[in-house]
Amino acid sequence: MLSFKHNSWFIRKVVCWRAVASIAWSVLLTPITTALFVFLSRFNLLHPIQWISDSLALLTASSTIFSLVLLSGVVLVIGFFNLESYTVVPCIPCTRIALLGKVLHPRQCMHSLVHSSVGMLVSWCAAITIGGRYRTLSSPCIQTESGDPSQMCLNEYHLLMLLSGAFMGYSHSLLGLVHNMNYVSFPVIQQYKYLWFKGSLPLVVKCSAVQSMYALRNYLVLYFFFGHAPKTWICRTLNLQEDSSLHGLDTLAGLLDLSLLYHLWISGTFLLFTWFITVLLFRVYVSEMYSFPVQPSFAEEAEECLSKILPCKEPAIMKFLALQDLCLLSQHSATRRLEVFSLSQPGGHPHNWNAISKECLSLLAELTQKLVAHHDAVASNGRAKSQSNSGSETKSWSSVSSGAVDLPKTPHPSIYLKTPGSVFQRSSIGKLQSPLTIPFTPDLDSPFSSPSIRRLTALQEPNSPWFNAVQSPHVMRRGAKLWSASTDSQSNGSTAASPAPVPAASPPPASQKPSFLAQWLQNRKEQVKSFMAKRVLVMYLFNKLPEATSQSLFADSQAHIWALEGLSHLVAASYSEDRFGVVQTTLPSILNTMLVLQEAVDRHFKLPHASSKPLRSTCSMGDSSYKTLRFSVRAALKTSIYRITKTFGEHLNAVQMSADHRKRLQQFLEYKE
Amino acid sequence: MCSLALFPPPLVDGEVTLYESNNELVSGSSSNSYPKQEWDPPGLHFPRESLKPHSRPESSSKTAFLDHRDTLWMRSAGAWRDAGLAGLLDEITNSAEEVPKWLGVSSGCVLALLRWISSFHGSLFPHLTLSSENMVAEFSQVLDWSDCTVRAFAWHPHTDKFAVALLDDSIRIQNSKSATAPTLKHRLQRSVAALQWKPLCASALAVACHTCLLVWHVDPTSLSTRPSSGCAQVLSHPGHSPVTSIAWAPSGSLLVSASPVDTAMLVWDVAAESCVPLQRVGGGGVTFLSWAPDGSRVLAATPSALFRVWETSMWTCERWPCLKGRCQSGCWSPDGSRLLFSVQEEMVIYALTFTDSPGGPKAAAIVADLSETTFNSLDGDITIGGEVQSLAWDPRGERLAVLLKGHTKTEGRPAVIAVFKTRSSPVFELLPCGFVHGEAGAEPRLMQFHPHFQHGALLTVCWSNGKITHVPFYFVSAGAAQPNPLPHLTGQSADYSSHQLYTEQCS
Repeated sequence: MLSFKHNSWFIRKVVCWRAVASIAWSVLLTPITTALFVFLSRFNLLHPIQWISDSLALLTASSTIFSLVLLSGVVLVIGFFNLESYTVVPCIPCTRIALLGKVLHPRQCMHSLVHSSVGMLVSWCAAITIGGRYRTLSSPCIQTESGDPSQMCLNEYHLLMLLSGAFMGYSHSLLGLVHNMNYVSFPVIQQYKYLWFKGSLPLVVKCSAVQSMYALRNYLVLYFFFGHAPKTWICRTLNLQEDSSLHGLDTLAGLLDLSLLYHLWISGTFLLFTWFITVLLFRVYVSEMYSFPVQPSFAEEAEECLSKILPCKEPAIMKFLALQDLCLLSQHSATRRLEVFSLSQPGGHPHNWNAISKECLSLLAELTQKLVAHHDAVASNGRAKSQSNSGSETKSWSSVSSGAVDLPKTPHPSIYLKTPGSVFQRSSIGKLQSPLTIPFTPDLDSPFSSPSIRRLTALQEPNSPWFNAVQSPHVMRRGAKLWSASTDSQSNGSTAASPAPVPAASPPPASQKPSFLAQWLQNRKEQVKSFMAKRVLVMYLFNKLPEATSQSLFADSQAHIWALEGLSHLVAASYSEDRFGVVQTTLPSILNTMLVLQEAVDRHFKLPHASSKPLRSTCSMGDSSYKTLRFSVRAALKTSIYRITKTFGEHLNAVQMSADHRKRLQQFLEYKE
Repeated sequence: MCSLALFPPPLVDGEVTLYESNNELVSGSSSNSYPKQEWDPPGLHFPRESLKPHSRPESSSKTAFLDHRDTLWMRSAGAWRDAGLAGLLDEITNSAEEVPKWLGVSSGCVLALLRWISSFHGSLFPHLTLSSENMVAEFSQVLDWSDCTVRAFAWHPHTDKFAVALLDDSIRIQNSKSATAPTLKHRLQRSVAALQWKPLCASALAVACHTCLLVWHVDPTSLSTRPSSGCAQVLSHPGHSPVTSIAWAPSGSLLVSASPVDTAMLVWDVAAESCVPLQRVGGGGVTFLSWAPDGSRVLAATPSALFRVWETSMWTCERWPCLKGRCQSGCWSPDGSRLLFSVQEEMVIYALTFTDSPGGPKAAAIVADLSETTFNSLDGDITIGGEVQSLAWDPRGERLAVLLKGHTKTEGRPAVIAVFKTRSSPVFELLPCGFVHGEAGAEPRLMQFHPHFQHGALLTVCWSNGKITHVPFYFVSAGAAQPNPLPHLTGQSADYSSHQLYTEQCS
C-alpha cells in the first residue's frame, strides 16, 4: 500500500499532466492540419485562384467547424488510448503464437474496434470537407429501372471513403501492436520539447504519407475482392438501390480513377498524420526529463527524493525517469553530485549514495542473473531446453530478492569476494524472508549484523587495499578513515532503508516452492509438447523467433544503461569531489558487479542470433530502438569500466577482488578489451 | 598580443627541429640525433610511389566493365540507386531513342528545372557547386588534402597507438605494444577526411568517408593484419555526404558528424546505429566540429561566415557571425572554457572565453597576429605568415601549434608550423616559442598533439614527403592550472629535474 501511494503521486502529479498537455497541444494543432488538408484536397493546378478562394471559403464554413469539433474529440480519444497503453518496457512476443495471442487479446480487439470506428469518423469528416461526390451516402438515382425519380441510390464513393477510414484505423492499431508503437523510448540527447517536436515533424509527415500509401494499396485489394459485401448490406439495411449506370468501384475500371485515389490517399494521410502527431507529442512530453530532488529540503518532499524513488518498481516510467535523472546529474551537475556524496546531518551517514548505489547494483545483478539463467537454459544450438521457462522464472525471482552481489546459484567458477556491503545486504534480507521478524527488523538487525561486520573489518584491516600499496600519506589517511566509516554507515544506512524492500521481498517464499500440482502439470505439459512438436504448423507457430529471445532479455535495458552510466560517472567524479570517501566503500562491489556482467554479456553475444543486427525499418512510427538495446548495453558497460579504470588507474590494484577479475581488470587497464 | 615578429628566425634548410628543452627549440641535422624515450613513437615514411591513389570512382570504372546492352529498365534502376533522381532523369534523357518521346522530353525538362534550382541554391551557397572530392579538400584540416599522402591522422586518447589514413584509402594502425600493424580497407572507405578513436574504448575508430561514416572495431589483441570489413559498422544517412568532420564526445557515448552539404549535424548513438539530426538552416552546412575536452560544448563551423557553439546538456546553440570568412579551424582549452579559432581571410587568432554565468561572452578577442613577417637569413628572405589552416592545443594547455598556409607556388613563402606558449593567468596570452622546421623541401600538412605525453607535449607532424615525425616539447606544467591527476606521473617527471625548469622569461 505504501508503494501504491508513491506511485499515485507521480502518476497524478507528473504523468497525467504531461499527457493532458500533450493532448491539449494536439487538439490545438488540429485546425492547422485541417486547413492544410483542405488546401491539399482541393488542389487544382489549372485554376490556382479558384483553388485558393474555394479553400478559404470552405475553411470558414460551418461544416468545417463541425468537423473540427469532431476531430478534436477523435484526438482526445486517441490521446486517452496513448496514455492508457503506453509502456517503457516493450512487450516482445518470442513466438508467432504469442504474437497471435496478442492480436486476439480482448483488450487489443477493443483497441482495434475503437480505432476503426474513430477512423471512420475521421474519414466522414474528410468526405464532408472534400465535398462534391463524396458528400452523402445516398443520392438521387440518375436513372432507375422503375422510373421513380424519388428513389435514392447508394453513393459508393462515400462508402469507399468511410470504409477506407475504418481500414486505416484498424491497420494503425494492428501495426501499432506489431511495431510496438506504444513503446516510449527515451531520446539519446536532451533537447527542448519544441525543438525535438520540430525535428521529428518531417519524419512524421513522411511516415504518414508512406504508410497511408501502403494501407491504401492493401485496402483497395481487399475492396476489389470483397467490396460487394458491405455494399449490398448497406443497400439492404438502408433500402437504397445500386446505381447500375455507374461503374461499380470494386471493378478495375472504377478503381483506376486518379482523383479518387488521390483523395483516398490524402485523407488517409490526414488521418494518420493527426494520430501520429498525438503519439509524437505524447512521447515528447512523457519522456521529458524530470528532476527529482536528491536531498529533500522539506519533510513532505522526503518521499519524492531520488533515493526513495529509485528502489520503487512501479510505475516503470517513474523508475526510468529517476534513472535518467541520475545519469544526467552524474554528468552535468556538480552541485547535485555533491548532494549525492553528502553525509546525513545528524549521524553522518551517506544515505543518498548507499540507496543509489545499492539500487543500481541490484539492477545490474538482476540483468546478470537473467543472462546467466538464459545461457544455462539454452543449449549450444540456440534452442531452449525443456524447463527453461520455469527455471528462469524462479531464478529471476530469487535475484530480485537477494540483492546486489549475490550470485551463489550460478555455476560460475570464480569466487566472489564478500565485501562488507554485500555480506550485510544478504544477511539483512535473508532475515527478512521469515515473515515473523519483519516488524522487529530494526532491533534484531544490530546484534546480528555488527559482529559480522566487525569480523569483516578485522579481516580487511591488515590487507586493506590502501594499506601497503599506496605511498601517499594523504590517501592513506583517507583510506583508514574510510573503512571505519564504512562499517557503521553501511549498517545504519541499510537499517534505515530496510523497511523499503519488505513488500518486494515477501513474495519469493511462496513462489520458490512449486507445489506438487504444478509439478504434475509441468509433466503433462512436457508430454503434450513432445507430441505437438511433430506437427509442422504447430512447430511454425511455436518455434522461437530467432532474435526475439535476445531482444526480450534486454527489453528493459535502458534502465541498465542509465545505471551503468550514472554509477560510472559518479565513481569517476568521486575521485575529486567525494570529500568523505563514501564511494570508496562500494567501489569493490561496483567493479565486481560490472565485471561479472561484462562476462555474462560477452557470453551472451557468443550465442547464435545475439550479435546479428536487426533490419532497419525505414519508415515507421514504431520506435525500434529496443531492438538494439543489447548493443547499447555492451557499449555502455565497456565505457563505464574504462571510465573507472581511467580515473583510478593504478590505484585499482589496491582494491580487493578475485584473481579472475583482477586479470580482467588488468586487460582494461592496458586497454586491451 | 603576440605577433610573428617576436619569433626567433626560422631554421635554414638542412636543419630539422628536434625537440624543445630548457625553453628553446633544439635543432639538428638529422631527426635521429636526440635523446631517446622509453617508447619513441615510430616515425613513419609513406613515400608517394608506394601508394596508388584510388583515382577512379566506382561509377566511371563501371563503364569499362559492364555490358552496355542492359535494358533501359536495368540502367534506370542502377542510375536511381547510384545518383538518385537526377541520375535517373539523366539516364532517361540520354537514351531518348529507347523511350517514348513524351517521357524523354518531360524528363529533360524536369532535369533542366532541377539544375536551374540547384544552381540558384548554389549561388546562395557557392560551396554546393564543388564536387565532393573538392569539397573535402576545401574544408579539411589537412593542407592540400587531395595531394597529400597522409590524409588523416589520429592518436588513441589513452594508449600509445595511432591510425593513419593514406592516399590509397587504406588505414594503418601502429601500436607501441604490438608488432602487428593492421591495415583497414573497406569498399565504402573512400576519400577519408577525418579519423578519431572513441574515447574510453580500446578498439573503436570512427572514419569519415565519402558517403558514410565507418566505425571500425579493431581488436587490439588480434594478430590479424587485415581485419575483415565485417568489423566495421556503416552509419549512413540520406543527404549526409561527404562527411568532412567527426567528433566523439569525451565521455565516449556519442559521435557527431558533419557534412558541408547537410544543414543538419548528426548526433549518433553508435551502438544503436541511430542518429538525431540537429537542424539549423543558416550557414548551408557544417564543415568542422570540435568537442571541448570537458564535453560541455561543441564548435560547429559552417561554410558561410558563421559558426555555432552548441552546449551539450540541452543541445541549444549560440550563433557567432564572423565578419569576413568562414571559421577554418578551432581548438579548445583543456578545461573547455576557452575557444581559439581562426577565420579564413584573416591573419589572426581569436579567443572566446566561456563562463558559467548566463549570457556568455559578448565578443571574441584577438590574441595573436599572424600577418606576414619577413625574416632575413643566409639563404635569402623568408616570408612567414598568412591564413591559418589548422590549430592544435596540447592537452595540458601549454603549447599551441598553428599550421600556416603560406603560398606553395611562391618561392620563399612556405607553409610552416608556428608554436606558441600559452598562459592563462593572470590574463590569457600567447607567447612565442618557435617554428617547427622539417627536412629540406618538406612542408607540414597535418599535425596533432599526443593526448597524454608525460613530460610535456608531443606534436606529431605529417609532412608533404610522406614522413611522419614527432617533436617533443619538454616542460613542467607551470602553475596549478592543470594539476597532474596521477601522482606517479609527477614522480617520473622529476627525472627531468636536471633540466632547468620552465620559466616564463621568453618574451
